[in-house]
Formats: sequence, C-alpha cells, structure tokens
Amino acid sequence: MTSLLETRGLSVSFETPEGPVHAVKDVSLRIERGTTLGLVGESGCGKSTLGRAILRLLPENARISGSVIFNGQDLSTLPAKAMRDLRGRNIAMIFQDPMTRLDPLMKIRDHFIETIRAHDPTVDVDGAVERAKKVLADVRVPSDRLGMYPHELSGGMRQRIMIALCLLFNPALLIADEPTTALDVILEAQILQLLQSIMHEYNMAVLLITHNLGLVAEFADQVAVMYAGIIAEEGATVPLFREPRHPYTQGLLRSVIDLETQTLYSVPGSPPNLLGESIGCPFYARCEKRMDVCKSVFPEIRLVGEDRRKVACHLY
Amino acid sequence: MWIGIAIVLAIILMAMLAPFIAPFDPNTKVANPETAPGGPFLMGTDRSGQDVLSRIIWGARVPLAIIAVATTMSLVIGLPIGLLSGFVGGRLDRILVLVMDSIYAFPGLLLAIVVAAIIGRGILNISFAIAVVYIPTYFRVIRNHVASVKQEPYVEAAMALGMPRRRVIGRYVLPNVAQSIPVIFSVNAADSVLTEAGLTFLGLGLPPGIPDWGFDISLNWQRFEASWWATFYPGLFILILTTALTFVGEGLNDILNPLLRKKEYKSVAEA
Amino acid sequence: MTQALLEVRDLRVYFPIFKGFVQRLLGGGDAKVHAVDGVSFSIPEGQVFGLVGESGCGKTTIAKTLVGLVRPTSGQIVFRGGDVTHPNRKALFRLREQIQIIYQDPHAALSPAMTVGEAVADVLRTHGLPSEGGVRIQLKSDDELRAAVYQVFEDVGLRPPPFFYDKYPDELSGGQKQRVVAGRVLALRPKLIVADEPVAMLDMSIRARMLEFLLELKAKHNLTYLFITHDLATAKFVCDGIAIMYLGRIVEMGPARTIYADPKHPYTRALLQAIPIPDPERRSTKVLPKGEVPNAVWPPAGCRFHPRCPAALPTCGWEGRDVIALLEERWLSPELAAREADAGPVEVWEANGLIARRDVEKGDPAAVQALIRGILEEGGGPMAEAIRSIRVEDRAVAVEFRPPDPLGPKEVEGRMVECLLY
Repeated sequence: MTSLLETRGLSVSFETPEGPVHAVKDVSLRIERGTTLGLVGESGCGKSTLGRAILRLLPENARISGSVIFNGQDLSTLPAKAMRDLRGRNIAMIFQDPMTRLDPLMKIRDHFIETIRAHDPTVDVDGAVERAKKVLADVRVPSDRLGMYPHELSGGMRQRIMIALCLLFNPALLIADEPTTALDVILEAQILQLLQSIMHEYNMAVLLITHNLGLVAEFADQVAVMYAGIIAEEGATVPLFREPRHPYTQGLLRSVIDLETQTLYSVPGSPPNLLGESIGCPFYARCEKRMDVCKSVFPEIRLVGEDRRKVACHLY
Repeated sequence: MWIGIAIVLAIILMAMLAPFIAPFDPNTKVANPETAPGGPFLMGTDRSGQDVLSRIIWGARVPLAIIAVATTMSLVIGLPIGLLSGFVGGRLDRILVLVMDSIYAFPGLLLAIVVAAIIGRGILNISFAIAVVYIPTYFRVIRNHVASVKQEPYVEAAMALGMPRRRVIGRYVLPNVAQSIPVIFSVNAADSVLTEAGLTFLGLGLPPGIPDWGFDISLNWQRFEASWWATFYPGLFILILTTALTFVGEGLNDILNPLLRKKEYKSVAEA
Repeated sequence: MTQALLEVRDLRVYFPIFKGFVQRLLGGGDAKVHAVDGVSFSIPEGQVFGLVGESGCGKTTIAKTLVGLVRPTSGQIVFRGGDVTHPNRKALFRLREQIQIIYQDPHAALSPAMTVGEAVADVLRTHGLPSEGGVRIQLKSDDELRAAVYQVFEDVGLRPPPFFYDKYPDELSGGQKQRVVAGRVLALRPKLIVADEPVAMLDMSIRARMLEFLLELKAKHNLTYLFITHDLATAKFVCDGIAIMYLGRIVEMGPARTIYADPKHPYTRALLQAIPIPDPERRSTKVLPKGEVPNAVWPPAGCRFHPRCPAALPTCGWEGRDVIALLEERWLSPELAAREADAGPVEVWEANGLIARRDVEKGDPAAVQALIRGILEEGGGPMAEAIRSIRVEDRAVAVEFRPPDPLGPKEVEGRMVECLLY
C-alpha cells in the first residue's frame, strides 16, 4: 500500500549572494495515513524548510530537487493551479504565529468564506458560514467569534481558528510548523489535546515540526531527527526514545531540561554553516564518538536493530 | 546609479570650470539675437543675443548652489526635529506632526513661491524657501523610523543601563535610522532642481541677469517658435540633472536594501 | 539576621488604557491593565529567586519596574535596606549600577549599528570602572577603555577579546551574543541581576551551557538573581526559591524544593502537569484547566484562577461573567444549543458584578428561569452552590451569586499559598 506522503531524495538549497545554502540534503521520508510523524531538530536544521518544500511554499531563491509524492502523485508534475488547490484541500499547514497569517483587516467569517470559495466557488455565502460554524465547533470556538477581527482574539483562539481553517476540506495531511512554540505551556497542552482529538475524528495524518522533544514524545508515532539538513535518525517513537542510536539524538535527549534533570548537559560546539559544499558527517565536529572515516565520508542511512531504525552514522 | 553619479559630477565640474570653458561671456550680447545653432554658437543665441551655450555652462552654478544649500538646510532642520519628535513622543510629537503634515499638504512649488515672495530674493532666500518644502519629508521619515526603533529592545536596554537620553538618541537610535537619509537626500535634491527652476522661471529667485536655467526659460519661452533652442537647452539640462539625481537616489536605495535583504537570507537559511 | 537584598511590598503596577476622546465622552471610566496587582516577596543575598508564570502574569512588568523602566503605581521596593520605589534621576543612575537586567533575546538587546566592543565600552564610559573601594574610576583614554572591555570579555568567556571587540551582533552566534549581553551588564558589577527568560530563545542543546555560565558568574561575582521564566523545569534546576504568578498576583511561593515536591496551588499543579515529558512511555491524559488566561483589565473576582480551576469551591469568586462563560461553552454543542434555545443566545445575557441577567422580551420569564436553574444545577459544578438566587425581575431573569470569601496569602507546610482550599 502506498504511503500517504513520500519524499525521495528531497533537497532544497537557497541562492544567496555568498553562494548556495544547502538547507535540506537528500531527505527521504514516509508518512502513513492517519499517523503522526514528529520532525524534530533545532534552529537551522532545515525542518521548516522541509515542511514548506512539500507544499512548494518556498521563496524565489529556493532550488528544489528530488520528488514529493502525495497519494501516489508526484507533486512536481503538478501545474501551479492544481498545486494551489491541493494546498488547503488535501494538505493543510499551520504555522507558528497565527497573528501574522490572518489578515488583520478581515473578519474571521470572511477568512472562512474566502478559503471555502477559493477551493469551491459553487458554495454560496450562507453555505460557507454554515461550514465555518461546524469546524469552529470542532475546535471549541464559539461561533460569535466569526464577527470579530483577529486582533480582538487571544493567541490560543487564533491558533484554533487557524486549525479550523485547515479542517474545512478534511485534508488527509496536516503540516504543523512549530504550532505551539509561541504559546504558554498550558495553552500548548490544550492545543495538542485538540489536535489529537481532531486527528482521530478526521483520520488525518500530521507532520509535526518542532524543536520540543517532549511534544514529539507525547504526540508522535514516528520520529525523524534532523540535523544540518539531513535526517540523522528516524524510527518509531518509543524505541527511539528508549534507545537513541545517533550520537546527536543521544546528545539532544541528554540536554533536555525536565523536572527530573539532575545534571546539566550541552552538546559541545555549534551547528555547522550550511553555506557551500560539505564533506563527511555534518555532526563530526561535535560528536563524542567520532571516527576518522566520519570526517571524509558522508554516512548514508542504514537500518539498525530490530525496530529497523534508520540511522545516518558510521558507528553502525 | 553610476550613470547618475557620473552626470552629476560632470555638471558640477562644468559649473566649476565655467570661466575656463565657456566660449563667451554669458551676459554680453555677442551676436544677432536668435541666431540658430551652428558655427561658434553651438546652441545658438537667445533673444538678447547672448550665447546659449555659455549661459548653460554658467547657468549650472546657481541651481547647484541652491540645491546644495537647500537640501542641507532641510536635513539640518528636519533631522533633529524628527529625532526629537519620534523619541519624545507625547504632546510635542502630536503638535509637530500636525504642523509638518500641514506644510506637507501644500503643493511644493506653491509653498516655495509663497515663502519666496515673503522673504524676497537672493540665493540664501530661495534656498530657504525650497528647504521649507522638504523639511516635512525628512521629519516624517526620520520620526517614523525613530518611533519604531524606540520600541526595540536595544534602546530599552541602553536606558536600563543608565545611558543619558542624549546618548541613547545619538548612539543607539540615530545610527539605526541613518540608512534612510541618503535616499531622501538624493530624491530631495532631484526635486529641488525642479522647484528652483520653477521659482526662477517665475522671477522670484534672483536679480535678473544672473544666468540660471529656469530664468533663461522664462526669458525665452515666448519666442519658442522663432528660437526654440534658447528654451530647449536650459529645459534639457534641468531634465538631465533631475534625472541624474533620481538615478542616484534609486541606486542608493537598491544598495541599502540588499544589505537588509542579506540578513533575511541568513535567517531564512537558518529556519 | 541577614537583611534581604531586595524586598518588594504590595507592589502594584497599573497601565492606563488610552481611550479615544469620543469613547471617553461616552463614558465607561478609564480602564487599567492590572499588570501587577499586589505582589510581595523578598530575595536574600546570594539566592536565585524564580518568578514563574505564563505570559501576561506580570513577571516582565516586575522586571522592568525593578530596573527603573516602569514606574510603580503603588507599593514599596526596598533594596539593601533603602527605599528605591521612586528614585530621582541621580538615584536611578546609581541604582542602575546595582540592579541590572539580562534580556531574553540577546540579538534584539544589542544595537545592530554598534560593535559589541563598543556596546560594552559605552557602559564603562558612562558609569566608570568599578573598583575595590566601591568608588568608580572614570576612564579617560580609549586604550584604558579597550583594556577594560577586554577584561570583561575574558570574564564572560569571549576569547580572544581583541577578536570579538570589532564584531557586529549579526556576526555572532546566539550564545555569544548572550555572553556579550551578560558582560555588558557585569561591567557595572551589579548586586542583583534580573534575568528575563535568558535561555528561552536558545536551542536546547546549548541551554545547559548558558545556565552553567550564569551560575558560574553568580559564584564568581557574588551575584543574586531574579530568574524570570515560564519554564518550570528550568526553574526547578536553577532556583532556590520560587514564586508562581498568575494574572498579577503570586499564588504560591516558597523554597523551590518544597513546592516541587508537593505543589499546593491548583495552578502550580496545572503548570507542572502541562509540561510535555520527553518520554513516550509515560504518556498520560492530562487534566488541564479550561480556557485561557483572561485579560488583566477586568480580572476575575475573588481568586483569579477560579474560572479555570479544576478544584474550585463555591466560595472562590463566582460572578455573572462565569454564567455567560458556562453557557457559551455548553452551547458549543449544537444539540444542547437547540434544546436550550429559550435561554439563549449568549449575546442577550449581560453580566454586572455578581449578577448575570437576561431580558426576556418574548416568551415566559418563568420558563427561562426554570431552564437556567436546570442548566446550572446540571452543569455548573461548584458554581451552582454559590448561587444566592435565580429570580424573575420585571421581564428579565437574573442569577445572583453570594460574595466570595476573602482571599489572602497563607502559610501552608513551609510555603505561602493563596487559595481557599487551605
């Protein structure tokens, strides 16, 4: 059975005055229907770029290679208009800061009407409002908010409305790019609970892009750890957390400060510059377990262990 | 942009070397009035028999001088007021904005005419009249930029560190709003050429007789059919100088913008 | 007895909301944002005191007030025994050599048009170099200044100092910038440093480094920290004492160990529970408070947390607004909304203090009264027991509550809690 979404050798680089910046390097991922993939990594690792690359929402100076296959169809073959229709209808995306994604001059109901009509011009205004009310109920937002402007609403409410806008056409995949990073911890937990219930109700797959390992542990079925544009490790959540294999994953998990933390740990060094070509493993400079081969040879992904974990590391 | 700079420099050079390169004295009748271009008179003569080319060369001096003084005045007056107004805010700001907006609302040339009519002739006076027209532009742009920079954490941090206000404005705010200035300056200069020409055309600028492109047009435009060259060439040069200055302004804008854009690339790649 | 380094007594900071001229004419007095609404705490010297809460709780306002960027509306701030609540310009200048702030976003805290060396030099130029006797030496020459800045850079681990002096902020990494910010502040040799979310914007893999750095500095220079954060996990590691804030008030305060071992206030418990645990084998269903933090202009009556509290009592401060919120939430379900349509819609209800009222133009007020009573008894929870009466007045139905019990801080098992449960 084909996966819902598959990327094959997806690479994204940006043309800058100083040369090409390779944000995503040869990433191959799979997301199955109705499951959640947590794409986790720190700032600069390329996870947001990857999310946008799937929907072709990248700036002009971006160069994409490799393919994105959704429901068996190669998205790079789609004409622009079909891609636009796909966005929102089949694949929806929510972002970190809902305030900048909502038009401050438009009432909430107009946002809904516009979105509905963009994909389905046959729907009339009343019909659109009815549909809006229905999805708003699903995200627990009272329908009187329809008559308000975005700035009149709280952050949590705006994020729920963003989610509601995504649900309008019952997309098969939701890409959530740091959806709760700007929110406080209780609100974050609420939104996540909401997403969980919606996922089940709508049978929706979710690509959760975040730097928060806790969220991924709570929410995701599969986890992919990204570093400097590559997938360092990928596999089912429970085994990955129980026994991380890639040194970066190990370091990352060690450095999380939670309520049980007794000692502090940081991964030494800092992430590499993505400008220009690189040789060998990108984590070489910071890796406690590095070997000579790691400096010059790029570690291809290999399958390790019973749970068939994908690890890009020469240790295996 | 470089073309613009080159042209402006060329005209400045021309003005400075006038005594050496002008073939004739601009204020003396050297031939029959309204002689067509040709021979010793490359651009012909005007209705008073003066050599147009010489008047063009000498006539560059006045506009250049006036623009230089006028734009400097606008900057020297508009910048500090804008800084203060944006930083201090409150009632002072509200009053100043009201005043500046009122001045801004006037069509530039009209305002310059009114001021010039009131304060009389002379190079310094016209410069001031022109400066008044552009002070609101400096004020506005600087004030708005300052008002937004003021919200930035580094300004607050500077205050928390106990920097006296003067220092905060001078070392923390001003350097960060300075990038808007060169662009306004050049666009301002371009526009002043036209305003100056307009003023002298209407006879409000200088004592008659001093060569000036706008003034020359006023002398000769009624005789356009008979001696088009006497009107055409001054007009052409006004156009060239204005356009050149505009190129400089736009070019500066393009240069300064990529500096900002470069930072955007960096952060996008890091996302 | 060691005197507390900093003592804050009943601090209130209110911000007026500027209404338009016409709005003011039409009445509705001047509303205020009650950012800090009666906060008291004290920090002994050498401690790391944490101020924990979500955005809007007032912690950042307290930070700004302590460094003189915001004026207190009332209350008292005592530093080293002296009252510094309303310092004049000179006193403020001197005070800033004692109390300083490290910002959350190190990039934004540095002027992009200045090299980092200059940024630090500027501080030294303005305040002079602190020396042993406490007297400050004015630095004269550029060389002296440069040397002093190099010393600061050494101190914060920016080596080699000459390399960093001429760098602009955008040429440095997040961690380096944070060190510059710390150095700039340390140049003054303050006694108290307010650290406003110092690691929130740093990646997880380097947060520990920054925290260790801050603790090192503390040991080396005998500092006291007021550590402001929304991250209870970081606070647990770093803080000796903490205060949990909600909507302008402190709800629980005491030694960190005591509170984390046994959190008493329902809000503290909710915060702890909400933290995502990076261990998929310990997933649990969470009981989260409903709704969001309300705005600080019209805070809830009684205990501010009562509308969201899973453990609320009838005496916690129920008022008219809570009825409306209940109805709104209840009628998210279309069936209930349809069935109970006679009592709705929500817009027709008005709240006025302890009373919620609905005018009944058409239909039978008595029927509405009965309907509302039924709704409140079924779905109201502790709210239902706080009702004084549901009555019909003219052509309206009014629900009135009993006034809440007085609420104040109480000492419970080694810490202070402000909650009627105790």
